[in-house]
Amino acid sequence: MKYMMFVCVEEDTELTPEESREIGPATEAWVAEMDGRGVRLQGNQLAPITDATTVRVRGGEVVISDGPFTEAKEQIGGYDILECADLDEAIEVASKHPVARYGMLEVRPFVEW
Amino acid sequence: MVTQDASSAVAEAFTEEWGRIVATLIARTGDWDLAEDCAQQAFTEAVRRWPRDGVPRQPGAWLTTVARNRAVDRLRHERMKEERLRTATDLMSAIPPDEPDPTRGEEDESGIADDRLRLMFTCCHPALPLEGRVALTLRTLAGLTTAEIARAFLVPEATMAKRLVRAKGKIAHARIPYRVPPAHLLPERTGSVLAVLYLLFNEGYKASAGPDLVRADLCREAIRLARVLDGLMPDEPEAGGLLALVLFQHSRRLARVDEHGELVTLEEQDRSRWDRGEIDEAAAILDRALARHSAGPYQLQAAIAACHARSPRPDATDWARIATLYERLLGVMPQPIVALNHAIAVAMAQGPDQGLVLVDELDASGALSGYYLLHATRADLLRRLGRVADARAAYLQALELTSSDAERRFLRRRVAETAPL
Repeated sequence: MKYMMFVCVEEDTELTPEESREIGPATEAWVAEMDGRGVRLQGNQLAPITDATTVRVRGGEVVISDGPFTEAKEQIGGYDILECADLDEAIEVASKHPVARYGMLEVRPFVEW
Repeated sequence: MVTQDASSAVAEAFTEEWGRIVATLIARTGDWDLAEDCAQQAFTEAVRRWPRDGVPRQPGAWLTTVARNRAVDRLRHERMKEERLRTATDLMSAIPPDEPDPTRGEEDESGIADDRLRLMFTCCHPALPLEGRVALTLRTLAGLTTAEIARAFLVPEATMAKRLVRAKGKIAHARIPYRVPPAHLLPERTGSVLAVLYLLFNEGYKASAGPDLVRADLCREAIRLARVLDGLMPDEPEAGGLLALVLFQHSRRLARVDEHGELVTLEEQDRSRWDRGEIDEAAAILDRALARHSAGPYQLQAAIAACHARSPRPDATDWARIATLYERLLGVMPQPIVALNHAIAVAMAQGPDQGLVLVDELDASGALSGYYLLHATRADLLRRLGRVADARAAYLQALELTSSDAERRFLRRRVAETAPL
């Protein structure tokens, strides 16, 4: 079963110096573990929302605006595509992600055809 | 075989077997709607045939066989999907028709063998919204209809139907596993099952003053399911704790409402109307649970209820023990409302001044500042200490915060009593 895992943090989350130092290596360790288990198919960190562009087509016109399409204070900072036996495994994988301790993860199943 | 016997046998079988049959069919087919439909058809068939042919020797096995055969037929008709056909073949081989107890599931990782327990844990999975967990539990385990559940929770039937569809949809789409969770997840997940059953009970209990019998049924269903859970998880003392707690509370149902439908406080209840049978049963279950020396929130709350149940008169209540139990409860359930109850028990055991110290601390924390009972409690302690003006101010504060008519009448009486001369 494939799940998309969004890695989210709130806009003005401030990390302690210790957290900032640890987040890189901790994420790498998580990636290594989940790749090793075969539950992580791929994933990436995303550039900040200041680099985002929103695209719509309205009345045949391409409408472009700066920034993300949501006004939410939680922002997607990255994603991973997981292949898990069931939701319990996906929850376990997500709960081990270092961002879970100060941000949040959304686990959503792919639609199966 | 007379008709009366047959229809009461169907009713009894429904109570006993519905959840078991649905749970078994879900385990075999993975299809929740199919399981419910086929269970329903089996009971419809029983209503038709038992009065004519007699009640079968093993009603549960008879119903399971009929429901299973219906499921096989239905799956056969849905040949379009190859995978479903395979399931149908598995289904037929998995439950041979002559097996005496076709409802028994295989053991899974947890070592607990019962499909109903799997169903309970799946219905109460924390990834489902709480209201969905409650609705699903009542529909699949207790066999209440969508209309009945809607009435019990005072929402339109369409809303309840949507709730059930969403919950079942998420189980299927997000693949919530149909199982009793493995040992490392069990404590947390058991907590969710206990919470749903307790919510179910309270939902029925707080409304049992009203004329709506469906809501009283919620209490009965909650007790029945708590009994099933306790039976299936003999090593989980909190399951016994929950069962004891709901039985203690239920034992007071006739005394807690007066002839006008008004709630009667514990202190003013006619204790001769408490159900001694339920109290004795609850006490025995609680003792058995406490003997395992791992008292959680349900056992502690049941132990507090037991103190009241054991006391022949309000003034004979062992408040010192209740205060100690609330202190322990506060350790495992650090919630302001528990702290308030602890303060009340301390006031009863050691005097209003000791209680007031704790209530003032709680007041200063601001956690319950919008809760009328905090101010009503404070007012009552001040009154008992002879601080009439302070008491009056606190009663007025409480009065502003309550929306219940009965509470308002009570508080207005107190305000009048503490009026300056």
